[in-house]
Amino acid sequence: MITGKISKITGPVVVAQSMLGARMYDVVRVGQEGLMGEVIRLEGDLATIQVYEDTSGLTIGDVVKSTEGPLMVQLGPGLLSSIYDGVQRPLPVIAEQHGDFIERGTVADALDRERKWAFEPVAEVGQQVAGGDVIGTTPEGQTILHKIMVPPKTKGTVSWVAPAGEYTVDEVVAKMEDGTELTMVQEWAVRQGRPYVRKLDPTHPFTTGMRILDTFFPIALGGNAIIPGGFGTGKTVTQQSLAKWADVDIIVYVGCGERGNEMTEVLTEFPELEDPRTNAPLMDRTVLVANTSNMPVAAREASIYVGATLAEYYRDMGYSVAMMSDSTSRWGEALREISGRLEEMPGEEGYPAYLATRLASFYERSGRVQPLGSDAERVGSVTMVGAVSPAGGDMSEPMTQNSLRVSGAFWALDTSLAHRRHFPAISWTKSYTLYLGQVGQWYAENVADDWNELRDRAMFILQKETELQEIVQLVGPDALPESEKIILEVARMLREDFLQQFAFDDIDAYCPPKKQYWMLKTVLTFYDAATSALNRGVSLRQILELTIKDEIAVMKTTPHDEALEKLPAFNLKLTEDIAEIEVY
Amino acid sequence: MAQDTIQKPAETAKTPLVSTDYRTIKYVTGPLVFVDNVHSVAYNEMVAIRMPDGTHRSGQVLEISGDVAVIQVFEGTRGIDVDQTEIRFLEDVAKIAVSPELLGRVLNGVGKPIDGGAPIVPEDRLDITGAPINPYSREKPADFIETGISAIDGLNTLVRGQKLPIFSGSGLPANELAAQIIRQARVVSGEEFAIVFGAMGITHREASYFMSQFESTGALERVVFFLNLADDPTVERLLTPRCALTVAEYLAFEKDMQVLVVLSDMTNYCEALREVSTAREEVPGRRGYPGYMYTDLSTIYERAGRIKGRPGSVTQLPILSMPDDDITHPIPDLTGYITEGQIVLSRHLHRRGVFPPIDTLPCLSRLMNLGIGEGKTREDHRAVANQMYAAYAQGRDLRKLVAIVGEEALSDTDRRYLRFADDFEHRIVGQGDEGRSIEETLTIGWELMAGLPLGELKRVRDFISKYHPNAADVAGDV
Repeated sequence: MITGKISKITGPVVVAQSMLGARMYDVVRVGQEGLMGEVIRLEGDLATIQVYEDTSGLTIGDVVKSTEGPLMVQLGPGLLSSIYDGVQRPLPVIAEQHGDFIERGTVADALDRERKWAFEPVAEVGQQVAGGDVIGTTPEGQTILHKIMVPPKTKGTVSWVAPAGEYTVDEVVAKMEDGTELTMVQEWAVRQGRPYVRKLDPTHPFTTGMRILDTFFPIALGGNAIIPGGFGTGKTVTQQSLAKWADVDIIVYVGCGERGNEMTEVLTEFPELEDPRTNAPLMDRTVLVANTSNMPVAAREASIYVGATLAEYYRDMGYSVAMMSDSTSRWGEALREISGRLEEMPGEEGYPAYLATRLASFYERSGRVQPLGSDAERVGSVTMVGAVSPAGGDMSEPMTQNSLRVSGAFWALDTSLAHRRHFPAISWTKSYTLYLGQVGQWYAENVADDWNELRDRAMFILQKETELQEIVQLVGPDALPESEKIILEVARMLREDFLQQFAFDDIDAYCPPKKQYWMLKTVLTFYDAATSALNRGVSLRQILELTIKDEIAVMKTTPHDEALEKLPAFNLKLTEDIAEIEVY
Repeated sequence: MAQDTIQKPAETAKTPLVSTDYRTIKYVTGPLVFVDNVHSVAYNEMVAIRMPDGTHRSGQVLEISGDVAVIQVFEGTRGIDVDQTEIRFLEDVAKIAVSPELLGRVLNGVGKPIDGGAPIVPEDRLDITGAPINPYSREKPADFIETGISAIDGLNTLVRGQKLPIFSGSGLPANELAAQIIRQARVVSGEEFAIVFGAMGITHREASYFMSQFESTGALERVVFFLNLADDPTVERLLTPRCALTVAEYLAFEKDMQVLVVLSDMTNYCEALREVSTAREEVPGRRGYPGYMYTDLSTIYERAGRIKGRPGSVTQLPILSMPDDDITHPIPDLTGYITEGQIVLSRHLHRRGVFPPIDTLPCLSRLMNLGIGEGKTREDHRAVANQMYAAYAQGRDLRKLVAIVGEEALSDTDRRYLRFADDFEHRIVGQGDEGRSIEETLTIGWELMAGLPLGELKRVRDFISKYHPNAADVAGDV
């Protein structure tokens, strides 16, 4: 065992001497309490270590022992509905051991070693298996079937499989002819992506139930998006809405350097909320990684890798997984803090020069893939949504800009929208998505032929409104012709009756794509009918006096089925009523 | 001491048989002293410094490298010399003596009584840096605090266990607002708050203002006052908020009290942080503030909340001055990213004589939804707040338009919005010194909204028949 001694301490970074043989990113135990740390620099026999816990009380000469392996996470049944800290220690266990405040030096198993799982064998004796092949299954929660897979890099012929029954995660459930024993648990180094056979094109949409995202800026399963916005613009509410309603099998939610009360909100809300698809509690499909801002900074750096590894594990079972990171900027700051302690040459705004590389390799862990295993039909995906908290709301800062280079969609939160309580405060002028071509086709095939056409027209109206507003600012609204005033009116409808969505309303929180389509169609029907009426010589005032148009505003709070039933007929009636206005 | 995330007393601290005094200072700069040839010194350990004239100062180990320890001196380095000054390492982290007797006392920035009263008999001595509350053990904040201020209660509700800073500017009446909140704040059960006041680098005038406020309202006996004045040592300021919060946590979680912590002024705290960082020649982040300022601030602000199974709570109301009224300055910016919303004061409103001059548009209370609604405040609270926000934003936009095209060019509806914005600023925001119940606030809100056409009141649609002042007349039109 490699054992060294501390020679320098500065904040979360310590330097140990006589560490010859230690490897980069090996996990070490520091001091009498065995604080967990990771080697981040080597220089001769000096190893620089970032410590995942508070370093108060360490002294020069304290012992440092290398575990001679990298930071690993445990993967197996029991991950779902857990809440972990940044290095996969379950917070409930820490609370049990130390009380309500987090003390250091906790050693806790990520998975419950006592609990028994109902194992159902799938593999047969004599079968040739390799990494990714399923040996057996066990139900995890009410809806997810956890597949016990052969770990990557392992292969052989099955010589024994445990019969169906109850087992703990440590009990052997299969043996190979070469003597390898498999349990329900496997370990994986967090900083290395789990292998897969090949990446597939992202063609299926990642539906979120949020109208501005699904209709205007959709992303694909296996894609990634960033949500930058100043404080108070709704990053966290948006992330939480996505975690609640996104149409995926598994959610990994990483609270990276954010508020404790917010994690509590997720913790108390998710078990009460139902997954709209399965009616099981949302918590059943969720893993939380919570490293709040006042918890150790080095563990914050590790937390997003832990999250990504958990996500990849479920992806390998063939599930669609969404990983939310709130906020990646705090991760970037952790990187900056450690880099500062290492006295590295700073890049832009004090961030290390390797920030872009690290970000790129993180986001590239998303994707729709064919996982390892002989089952070529299996497809899994990891969709990543990262919140970015730009300093001063200034999007030109390095975190936002470097994230933009690697992400496929940009959902820009706008402070001025937030100030006027237009939520979600996602700007339709600044945001973009690169997945439109791929998922647009899916929408055309599965929702409605004219989905893309409607979207483009609505987008045009909103863009036109921005231009017209500039003119109005200069000369007042009266100077516009009626054909343009109607655009302002319809754009207002789009903003208030379509884009605004109240995340805390029982019905409006989640809007299915079909309903989104009909809502949008209704507004545009109004626009078409109004335009043709204006052409006949009807005045705009007459159209706006129609009370039927007020019903457009209640579409969003109408229960989904009822809305879908009513809206087609309402569209016809709207057209008729406007057509019947007499010219005088 | 300030750059770390969690700190905990070294439980293993051994009682020394021999204590060594070092006379090996080799370098003194700003608030820092570098000591040579030290042995078994612990990171974050407290030190006692014996000056050449026999007086004592205190400090803390910031960094150890080989046999050199870097110490920050809380009372400043004036008078320290290289030859005679002695350093003793105390084998302990910074602690404060706590006791319920602290209520009604005035202490200096590191928790020593300065009011001439009896010495405090400690019930316990606690590490001032505290430990993070396990997110799993937190209780969701859910109880409305009535501050009596409409712009807060009605539009940006404060709840128990929240941290809601006041963003002020030089010359704006943040202290008056804070004093008013302290005077009026009540939880629904009617329980009074214990106040822990952490003053960092405030002027003597400000300090005596608060003192006289507490005395005149009889609040003093439930206040613990930590006082670090503008001319007190800068580095001491780094300890003041931590001392204050340690006492607050003790009162809340050990003594089951509802505690309101007021910290003023966080800008001075951040300046002190920058001063130490610069003296250590660290790589500066934005505007010279250290890169770890976010983490450091979070170890202060995150010490608010509630814990499952304990009736007490810590609610924080930090005050900070935005340099040059710039909300994107690193101090308000990083604060806003940690706290659960913010109350922003406006120079524009202040000049027009509106008190409290709260600029509601950039204000936010993230936990508002948890503390309002039926059974807590009133069923229409959320809707009224949304409607007023939207209408006020609209009115403010129209003001810009009026400046260009004149009021005549506006439609009748637009003119009503303009009037709404004016009334809003004077009646809802500019309430002056009075305290208002939430009912009163909502009633005034409805009166103002009644000035808008019914069709515009989309967000309160469901409540018009019940609360609209002219409900009887408008019933048919809804």
